[in-house]
Amino acid sequence: MEFFRIRRDIPFMRHALTFNVISLVTFLLAVFFLATRGLNLGVDFRGGTLIEVTYDHGVDFNRVRGALDTLNLGEYAAQSFGSSNTALIRLPLKDGVSSAQLSERVLGALRADDPTATQRRVEFVGPQVGKELYENGALALLLVSLGIVGYLAMRFEWRFAIAAIIANLHDVIIILGFFAMFQWEFSLPVLAAVLAVLGYSVNESVVIADRIRENFRKMRKATVTHVIDNAITSTISRTIITHGLTLMMVLSILFFGGETLHYFALALTIGICFGIYSSVLVMAPLVMWMGVSREDLVKPEKRRDGADGEKIVP
Amino acid sequence: MNRYPLWKYLVIAVAIVVGFLYTLPNFFPEAPAVQVSSSKATVAVDNALLGTVEDTLKAAGIPYRGATLDPVGVKVRFADPDIQLKAKDALQTKLGDNYIVALNLLSASPAWLTAIGALPMYLGLDLRGGVHFLLQVDMKAALDKAADRYTTDIRSLLREKKVQYGGVVREASNVVVRFRDGAERAKARVEIEQAFADLVVREADAPGGEMRLIATLKPEAQKKFQDGAIQQNITILRNRVNELGVAEPIVQQQGAERVVVQLPGVQDTARAKDLLGRTASLEIRMVNDEPGALEAALGGQVPFGSDLFTERGGSPVLVRRQVVLTGDRINDAQPGFDSRSSDAAVHVNLDGTGARIFKEVTRDNVGKRMAIVLVEKGKAEVITAPVIREEIGGGRVQISGRMSTREANDVALLMRAGALAAPMEIVEERTVGPSLGKENIEKGFNSVFYGFIVLSIFMCVYYHLMGLISTIALSLNLLLLVALLSMLQATLTLPGIAAIALTLGMAIDSNVLINERIREELRWGMTPHAAVSAGYERAFGTILDSNVTTLIAGIALLIFGSGPVRGFAVVHCLGIMTSMFSAVFLSRGIVNLIYGGRKKLDKISIGQVWRPAASGGVPAK
Repeated sequence: MEFFRIRRDIPFMRHALTFNVISLVTFLLAVFFLATRGLNLGVDFRGGTLIEVTYDHGVDFNRVRGALDTLNLGEYAAQSFGSSNTALIRLPLKDGVSSAQLSERVLGALRADDPTATQRRVEFVGPQVGKELYENGALALLLVSLGIVGYLAMRFEWRFAIAAIIANLHDVIIILGFFAMFQWEFSLPVLAAVLAVLGYSVNESVVIADRIRENFRKMRKATVTHVIDNAITSTISRTIITHGLTLMMVLSILFFGGETLHYFALALTIGICFGIYSSVLVMAPLVMWMGVSREDLVKPEKRRDGADGEKIVP
Repeated sequence: MNRYPLWKYLVIAVAIVVGFLYTLPNFFPEAPAVQVSSSKATVAVDNALLGTVEDTLKAAGIPYRGATLDPVGVKVRFADPDIQLKAKDALQTKLGDNYIVALNLLSASPAWLTAIGALPMYLGLDLRGGVHFLLQVDMKAALDKAADRYTTDIRSLLREKKVQYGGVVREASNVVVRFRDGAERAKARVEIEQAFADLVVREADAPGGEMRLIATLKPEAQKKFQDGAIQQNITILRNRVNELGVAEPIVQQQGAERVVVQLPGVQDTARAKDLLGRTASLEIRMVNDEPGALEAALGGQVPFGSDLFTERGGSPVLVRRQVVLTGDRINDAQPGFDSRSSDAAVHVNLDGTGARIFKEVTRDNVGKRMAIVLVEKGKAEVITAPVIREEIGGGRVQISGRMSTREANDVALLMRAGALAAPMEIVEERTVGPSLGKENIEKGFNSVFYGFIVLSIFMCVYYHLMGLISTIALSLNLLLLVALLSMLQATLTLPGIAAIALTLGMAIDSNVLINERIREELRWGMTPHAAVSAGYERAFGTILDSNVTTLIAGIALLIFGSGPVRGFAVVHCLGIMTSMFSAVFLSRGIVNLIYGGRKKLDKISIGQVWRPAASGGVPAK
């Protein structure tokens, strides 16, 4: 079985502008949603209390709200979570109310209303901790970006580093854009997923960059555009197969991993889908436009071993 | 060209054997168990305890499946949870308050596995259920409290040295002393600097021309004070957590001002919170030594104005209700030795007011006993009741006699542990119920399992034998990853399981890269041997680069992540390393084993290799 039977190099670079316009539009849309709607930060970052309660039967939210209203909690939210037997209650931070007692009071009220209520999970994050988690998240993102740029600049060339990080940060923004558009909850695991996507889709850029460098060595006569087209064409089957397989794994988390991992897996899914596109079709044109040339990548050649002799690839 | 030297095969064999051994404990079911550990530093956990535990169980007719002794305590396994509960009650009754008897789950893996340190993976709270608290120590309050103490001390010092002053007050964490004339101020400054080495004193005049001295704690003293405060709080928290009877509690400092408390298996969060936030107090009171009073009290007639308490060790003491000193007058208590007799002793350091009161009380009560009482949860216990030998001034008190070094340690700890050095507040809480934990494990396992199946099927169908080899390499990757996690006892969380799935999904990238590369080389007419060799070698550079970039992301997560995210990062980083080993080194080993021996190799089983020259496709030749 061989899925990809490509006779001639696909002229990706001829459509470079189109790809980048598509990407720019998506990117701007993401920025638009981030700016207008903002991220729906979870308890981890915003601080507050989250209580998951199960019942023996379907949750009657009117009764749950009725019980909670007696506590004067401020602006809380109650919704179902995973199954119809489970309720998730989010409480905002409130000055003067001891966090320690809050969850007990809530559970007490729910139990008084319906004794089958059982606490499954409580998460409380104080305002200070929330702020720190937020800052640390931003710092981690920065550090990953710098680390990747540094490594690629060292291993390849600065143009590749810049192009790769632009392509991949654009993935990150798009994931965030999705989260803003649908107002999905942005929590710590989602942040982990975003950073993992950053590390992962850089893989793709590395594979292409590697191939471009190799082609510059082998295809002495070819133009830069031809070299890049060939590099993308000859790696496209690998690109699609690996991403497909990783996506299988991620979808398996999405379908079988339960509610807790839902948004985590969703962020990865979006990241992988856009990762293929951006690291191939955004990064390569950027490199081309920044004017990469054979001399930038091919260091004065040391002879390589016999198995690796030069050849011209059609 | 496709052969490995013997040592490489040996490395692979050793890795697989070790991986298998350390993964093995995870397959054994967990058996209900009871863990007995000591609740006090003075109570030893030794073979005698093991004997007592076994004898108790035998006497009560409770069947058990082996008891073992390790540094933590004695662990006994049982057939089912009912017997476990019965055993817990029997042991608690027999052993009393000096031991913590906690319910636990232990892997039913054979003893020889445990002996080589092969333990099942350490599950995080989201998988086994339990409570996680992050407590913040209020350092400002602690420093204010210290300044309060200095305010009193400076006042008594100036009075003692007959220095004229206008007033001493605390402002924030500074002590401000007002004066009417400059000479007195200069004199006071010298005295304060001499008496309190930890204070830095400067002259500052108020806008109205009033002369003032401002005393502030030196930065290094402040740091020392804060470190001491957090250490003391941790000690107290440990003591309190011990009372909960949790099998494997964690009480750890995090950062400069925070303490993490993790209580696996605890469901009653209300009680846990209550216990952690509880305030205990230390009191020094006089012992009622009147002849016959103690006997009367034991007979049920407690004299008016006295309480009947028990001393540590069990003997009864009758203590007067009037409190001589409270614990907050004690600056410090350290174990040490008596300089004359070199017996073990506890050195107690009182603050200025405490010292003055102590001097008066000791002067009036030479030859009598005084009791140091710890009141916690409304329950009082006499830590020690020493006899006053002479008048003690200066605030330095030594308690000695009839004490072992361990006892001295314990008494000092209890005296310090009377109250939290600084107030604490819960700034983060995560509680997971046991049913949710079980569900999480199941869901995590399912996502890895189904994902893996799909991956394997695809690889075998698309790349034939080479695909099967990749699948084997991938399973060994999983084996090594689980072994490594078990070996390091890294905490496995639900995001950690997701990371296992994700790592496998990414690890297969290496094999796809290699296989695609081999096909490509075959396509351009290389011989199978040369194609395999070139495929592995050329793909390696790419694999290395892409794994390094992924590792950068993983390490950043490890540094900045907390809780569940850190669990993700640990697995992610370890997984990248095992995948480098298995996808490249190990799979090549298998390929070499299969194909390397054949001198003349016509084709390799890597699925169909399509050639543009002959459309329709020809199998690789």
